[in-house]
Amino acid sequence: MKRRSILAGPYILWIIGFTVIPLFFLVKYALTDRNGLFTLENIFAMFEPVHLKALVFSTEVAVLCTAICIVLSYPLVLSLKRLGLDKQSFSLYMLILPMWINFILRLLAWQMILSNNGILNYFLTSIGLRPLAIANSRTAIMIGIVYDYLPYMVLAIYNAVAEINEDIIEAARDLGAGGFLVFFRIILPLSVPGLLSGIVMVFVPSMTSFVTANILGGGKEQLIGNVIEEEFMTTMNWNLGSGLSLILMVFVLISMTFTARNESYEKESKIW
Amino acid sequence: MGRLKGAVLLTAGLAAMLLLGGCGGEKESLTVINYGMYLEESVIEGFENETGIEIKYEEAPTPEEMYTKYKSGAIEYDLLCTSEYMLQKLMDEGELVKVDFKQMEHYDNISEEFWDFVRSFDPENAYVMPYFWGTVGLLYDSEKTNGPLHSWDVLFDGSYAGDFIMPNSMRDAYMIALKYLGYSLNTTDEKELREAQELLLTQKPDVSAYLVDEARDEVLAGNAAIAAVYSGEAYYAYAEDPRFQYCIPDEGSNLWIDCFAVTKQCRNTENALKFLDYLCREDNARMNYDYVKYASPFKSMIESYGEEEKNSDAINPSPEKINNCEIFAPLPQETTDLMGELWKELKAQ
Amino acid sequence: MVDRLKNRLCRCYIFLIMLFLYAPILVLFASSFNDSKSRVSWGGFTFRWYAGVFSSRSIMKALYTTLALALLSALIATVIGVVGAIGITAMRQRNYQIVMAFTNIPMLNADIVTGITLMLWFVRFIPLGFMSVLLAHITFNIPYVILSVIPKLQQMNISMYEAARDLGANSVYAFFKIVLPQLFSGILSGFFMAFTISMDDFVVTYFTKGAGVNTLSTMIYGEMKKGIKPELYALSTLIFALVFIILLIVNRIGGKEEEGRTIRGRIGAGGNDSVREPD
Repeated sequence: MKRRSILAGPYILWIIGFTVIPLFFLVKYALTDRNGLFTLENIFAMFEPVHLKALVFSTEVAVLCTAICIVLSYPLVLSLKRLGLDKQSFSLYMLILPMWINFILRLLAWQMILSNNGILNYFLTSIGLRPLAIANSRTAIMIGIVYDYLPYMVLAIYNAVAEINEDIIEAARDLGAGGFLVFFRIILPLSVPGLLSGIVMVFVPSMTSFVTANILGGGKEQLIGNVIEEEFMTTMNWNLGSGLSLILMVFVLISMTFTARNESYEKESKIW
Repeated sequence: MGRLKGAVLLTAGLAAMLLLGGCGGEKESLTVINYGMYLEESVIEGFENETGIEIKYEEAPTPEEMYTKYKSGAIEYDLLCTSEYMLQKLMDEGELVKVDFKQMEHYDNISEEFWDFVRSFDPENAYVMPYFWGTVGLLYDSEKTNGPLHSWDVLFDGSYAGDFIMPNSMRDAYMIALKYLGYSLNTTDEKELREAQELLLTQKPDVSAYLVDEARDEVLAGNAAIAAVYSGEAYYAYAEDPRFQYCIPDEGSNLWIDCFAVTKQCRNTENALKFLDYLCREDNARMNYDYVKYASPFKSMIESYGEEEKNSDAINPSPEKINNCEIFAPLPQETTDLMGELWKELKAQ
Repeated sequence: MVDRLKNRLCRCYIFLIMLFLYAPILVLFASSFNDSKSRVSWGGFTFRWYAGVFSSRSIMKALYTTLALALLSALIATVIGVVGAIGITAMRQRNYQIVMAFTNIPMLNADIVTGITLMLWFVRFIPLGFMSVLLAHITFNIPYVILSVIPKLQQMNISMYEAARDLGANSVYAFFKIVLPQLFSGILSGFFMAFTISMDDFVVTYFTKGAGVNTLSTMIYGEMKKGIKPELYALSTLIFALVFIILLIVNRIGGKEEEGRTIRGRIGAGGNDSVREPD
């Protein structure tokens, strides 16, 4: 039986070759200064006010965006289920289809929609409302991020909800449970695994999506991803950039372990 | 099962085709890096057809990014086109090689004036070839401002709060603040830089956005009334609609020139020169100008300027305007680091 | 009555979300017909950008590279990933957790970190070019394949494989006849996920690509500041329309049930087992 694990060989080699070794380079850069001497400065740099601020801002944005995605996803999944649309894969594909258009182009389109003199404001003023000033703001960045990652959250939650046994819901209804009760006592708890993977898929990239922040934030707001990008691309301080990345990685790993703690980890019966 | 097999076979077949298609024979090539939309594609194609030398063309949005790409050594570039202060930095680091531009057939098409210009940092005219030049100034929508502009103070006095765009590149942003305060844009004085920082920090709440070349489209779209931009962008906007005007502020500004240079990684200097020569040829200079719309150093272009171009501060600025302008010089490492710190602080605010 | 109202509410909600998801795409459609070079003003209706797509050599080349990369990297990642997934599920609990932890690293890392670390490593042994980008794409694709195949492996009915072996089938034959079909939806979902992610990637490609190698993403990024070539809007519209039509046809022809399984599997990629943290 154990012989099968040999099949993992090529993959493990790949991990060593293209994940572990590159990581080693990152650590090396993080722990040295420009002259190649050992230093911890780049690691502690994360706690300087400038960087800490970006980290806090990114965390806020990521938490909020994740929450918004969750709040938007459940009603959608339940609506699809209620109307029986989930039986036709087509409507689900419609959720993924926008991902086939390059994300930079989609963000630029959002820029056209949200700008001061943009499509949204044109629409608002033409129906007699006051124009909104959301261009180049935190709100704009958050709209972009929610837009980018909402499909992931919907699909993750959908997948979990679809696996819930219909009979349980029926039984609860027969026993007199109302919609709210069914949702909070049955659907929500039973979809937690999907919810958690959705959270990871939205939260992690939200913190670092510097392209989104660049395009929709007008360069006024910085995610930690933007700071790291600037260290690599503009200031040419790869050591500092590596140090910040390393800390960010540890931060993400810790917060994700924290989230995933509840996720019961059972390895199901071995196959071979 | 049959379906599965079919799918597997089909994908495998496709993959094999792609792999085979990917392996072409090696032919002579030049690797060029330039700013985005800074060279007409058909000029490259023309060169390839005429000489049989393949051009591997790369783009980068800022000089800093170009420097990073170059320095990382990931790709060996033969030719690069960037701004003068970055070229000086590369020159000081020994990254560029001397070439004899006089060998080029169309050497004479570059106006003597511009060989003079670059002599300020390339005294023997041995390293760089002028390509486009210009200034930094204010592009504004004349229907939204109270009369013509002539000073940087519109960016600092709050009269256009929330309606103007600052450059999203470190040196340009500090350049504006330093010039407004009456200092040199190449200052290494920490006190002056901190003063500029104060000014930019108080200005930040009023800034609509920090952008580079996108600023032009924002003004065109009516999302902002004023933007600090490179002169070429301003002329592009003017060509779209004459109500978009450009001014070089009286306090002075940055005068810049983008040049081509041959790097020490270049394997075939002769081919590199051939390419530069091709760019200098009249018809190609014209095609590039029509596409890029920046001020050209080529004689054939300058002579063909129409009235509008001659009268435009963006394409043909008057000498007294330029007199107040300065060229960027590379800054010592400590100043670069300090400016980097300040910039980060400003952006994080 | 209440039910009808609820149904209507559900429809409205779905419509609103779809509007949100498709609003920028409608804007891009409109831009692809806009006869004005700058993306900010309407200059009349035109088809010339569509004609331009096919005559621009750089765009066609970028399209080709993008597709070749996506297909090859997804294919190779699927092979390594499926075989790897079979292997790691047979491992001891602790080793399994270690391998899964490393599997998650490319997903938890900021793209820019993945890109730069790979570049730092690549420059030491291969010239950057198409190959290096391919290696990088395979690297970030494999986890998606693994994570969508493992749940299928865990659900799989092992007794059928054992029965086949007992009846004298050799392991290779039994693998192709019994195991692979059961994993098929998981494999397909992993493949498509990998394909889509590879198509959309910008950052990693940007750092690991060689001179003259451009994907649509890196091309668009280079132009982002100065204004996107309108041909690219046209190309996006075409790609979108093509995928949409294929979906429609598949949806019509493909048996509903079969299709239902596939999509469930496809979604499984983003589902339950996507990310597992070691405890």
